[in-house]
Amino acid sequence: MPVDETLATYSDWLYRSALGVYLFAILLYAVEQAFARAPRKELVGAGGPDVLTDEPKAELSRAERIGRMGAAMTVLGAVLHLGSLVMRGLSAGRAPWGNMYEYMSLLCLAAVVTWIVLMVKFPIRRLGAFVLPPILILLFLGGTVLYAESAPVQPALRSYWLVIHVSVISISSGVLLIPGVTSILYLLKDSKPDRFPKLPSADVLDRMSYRTTVLAFPLFTAGIICGAIWAEAAWGRFWGWDPKETVAFVSWVVYAAYLHARATAGWRGRGAAWINIAGFALNVFNLFFINLVTTGLHSYAGL
Amino acid sequence: MIAFLRNTWRGLTSMRTALTLLFLLALAAMPGALLPQLSLNRAKVDEYVAEKGWWGELLLKLGFFEVYATPWFAAIYLLLFTSLVGCLLPRTWEYFKQMRAKPVLTPRNLSRMPHHAQAELDVTPDEALGKAKKVLRGWRMDSGEGTVSAERGFLRETGNLVFHFALLGLLVSFALGKMFNYEGQIIVQANGGQFCNGGIFNYDQFRPGLQVDGTDLTPFCVEIGKFSAEYLENGQPVGFQADIRYQSGGDLASNTWKPYTLQVNHPLRTEGDRVYLLGHGYTPTFTVTFPNGEKRTQGIQWLPADQLTLASEGATKFDPPGITDSETRRKNQIAVTGLLAPTPLLHGGILNSKFPALDNPMVAVDVYRGDLGVDDGRGQSIFSIDQKMVEQGRLAKVARKNLALGEEIALDDGTKVRFDSVNDWVSLQVSHDPTQIYVLAFAILIILGLGVSLTVKRRRVWVRATRLEDGRTLVEVGGLARTDQAGYGEEFTRLARAVLNEEKS
Repeated sequence: MPVDETLATYSDWLYRSALGVYLFAILLYAVEQAFARAPRKELVGAGGPDVLTDEPKAELSRAERIGRMGAAMTVLGAVLHLGSLVMRGLSAGRAPWGNMYEYMSLLCLAAVVTWIVLMVKFPIRRLGAFVLPPILILLFLGGTVLYAESAPVQPALRSYWLVIHVSVISISSGVLLIPGVTSILYLLKDSKPDRFPKLPSADVLDRMSYRTTVLAFPLFTAGIICGAIWAEAAWGRFWGWDPKETVAFVSWVVYAAYLHARATAGWRGRGAAWINIAGFALNVFNLFFINLVTTGLHSYAGL
Repeated sequence: MIAFLRNTWRGLTSMRTALTLLFLLALAAMPGALLPQLSLNRAKVDEYVAEKGWWGELLLKLGFFEVYATPWFAAIYLLLFTSLVGCLLPRTWEYFKQMRAKPVLTPRNLSRMPHHAQAELDVTPDEALGKAKKVLRGWRMDSGEGTVSAERGFLRETGNLVFHFALLGLLVSFALGKMFNYEGQIIVQANGGQFCNGGIFNYDQFRPGLQVDGTDLTPFCVEIGKFSAEYLENGQPVGFQADIRYQSGGDLASNTWKPYTLQVNHPLRTEGDRVYLLGHGYTPTFTVTFPNGEKRTQGIQWLPADQLTLASEGATKFDPPGITDSETRRKNQIAVTGLLAPTPLLHGGILNSKFPALDNPMVAVDVYRGDLGVDDGRGQSIFSIDQKMVEQGRLAKVARKNLALGEEIALDDGTKVRFDSVNDWVSLQVSHDPTQIYVLAFAILIILGLGVSLTVKRRRVWVRATRLEDGRTLVEVGGLARTDQAGYGEEFTRLARAVLNEEKS
């Protein structure tokens, strides 16, 4: 199956444009974060309404207008980003997540889309200045160090399970990136509320982390199980403690611990936030260390 | 004593302990990803231990190279298992009790609820409550004096229990699988090679479960026909397939063969066993013509040394025929060793391979003569000669040459070695795991249970209608989400708006 070079080139252009647009969005968010007033009152307490009304219906300040531009840029970036993935898939004639570059691209797209959805649901727009940078770094690493030409995949990856397992794992990892970042912000806000007046209340951050994790956890579980089903067909056993499987299992256990911690007195809040960050760190570790340093059955990620 | 037991049990089954055990499990599983493991790569473990000295020895003794088979790993998951059972039993009891329970009575002061709304309406209290009941259709309801209490989201606990029980089921099935499974690998020559699952000795490598002694393997036979591989121009493989025939079950008695195309990701599944195509390589065939004119032809698999170009190394070993004296025979054995290049690339007389497919293959052979050391009872690799015999001078290199197909090399004593042909071999894996289907069923239940328990919310609504002095009716609505308030706000607002609506429904 020949690779369509033209489409592959378009895909690369779109990828770079998306990166540029995300960078611009970060700058806009940062301007808003720097110049906006701290929210005066916060109506969010336990069980309060989800919609926070910190701005009176007066006209938008300049900082807010810039923040809105940042949000619009994020959406534009996501559209370009999606276009890049689609072109990649069309050029290689397969699902566009067959190597590490493509996998990370999909992961980051999932993270950006999650962020856009959260921006709609919570009044946290300017946190984009904190959430987008790690995504941008991943995209940058993917596009430079880990970049791989558009090409067909090896026989072991020729299976419809590539479409299901890898996409589900990649998307759920992308979604889990967001609570990782918001949990860090939670810890900052919770320890020194006065030093970070412009961050949303710890309660909002905590609820954002929880709701995103709760969404991603079943997805992550399903991704691991799909992987096991594929492993049974490809490698002769559904579970074999391959390094990637092991770390996926460990991070699954850690996220399970997060869900339990949130329901355990003494662990709620800071403890839970630390666990969520640990889960995120494990996912990053699984992505880089296990793919690049150790050798296992998952090592064909394409480099 | 009983108090001690009770306290231990309570401690073990508390959420705090469960959390600690979860962390321990995560922590204990990590070395398996960071250190080489015996079950995956024994050679790498040996190398690691040798490299690290006493530290490696210590890790070896403590089981860090077989983490998932160590007592300490087992201790953690067994404790977690017990803790889980201890947590689930009372919850299940509670669950069945609550299934029959009525929604709790309306609290006196609804305005204290996390969600609250009220309005004065121009209807009678009965009308207001009737309407509330209509709005709350599908909720579990109970009416009191001037109030309605309703509850919903019982499925959350159902899903939660299903998830946890399925997790238990999965672990038990997994453990049972480790008792009764087996897994073995064999190399079989293409174009006619056969393998029958008759016993452990037919395998090159065999890993039985704890309760498997190898006497009761599922009987079946496979015969490998044509093997074909497809490559991109840069040598990256695109697809492998082997046309095979197999017989199992009743076909064995009637000796009927069924065809199957074995591919990566498409194992042969028969009678509960699975046959996988794991890899392939090449088998060069050599004919040795001995000085007395007798010929011996042999083809044995060589091992790919370079996965990309399939340049392969090996040793094809010959016994001289027609010599009755075992001593003389042993001293005149011949081994043809060297490199096989499927698509040759000659560079200053040095042979290498530039492509994995066969295209006028060549071999660069070193021919050894002497005592191969195969008769002394020790096992030796089929892929190489025993270097000790070379060091001791009992086996000597007598010739070296690059050979194309059909070419031959003559030794000083008149022996000739001819490179005849190259055949494909495939490596197969046979797997047997009677419980994996249960593992799959429990895994599906896990996802279903998890999905339900994390999306459904357990929540309550109360409505109270009170007649006011001016003839109007004060209708109050209060709401409480039992598990997590997040997300209940929208639904409550919608419900309250419907209940407090003055329009007749």
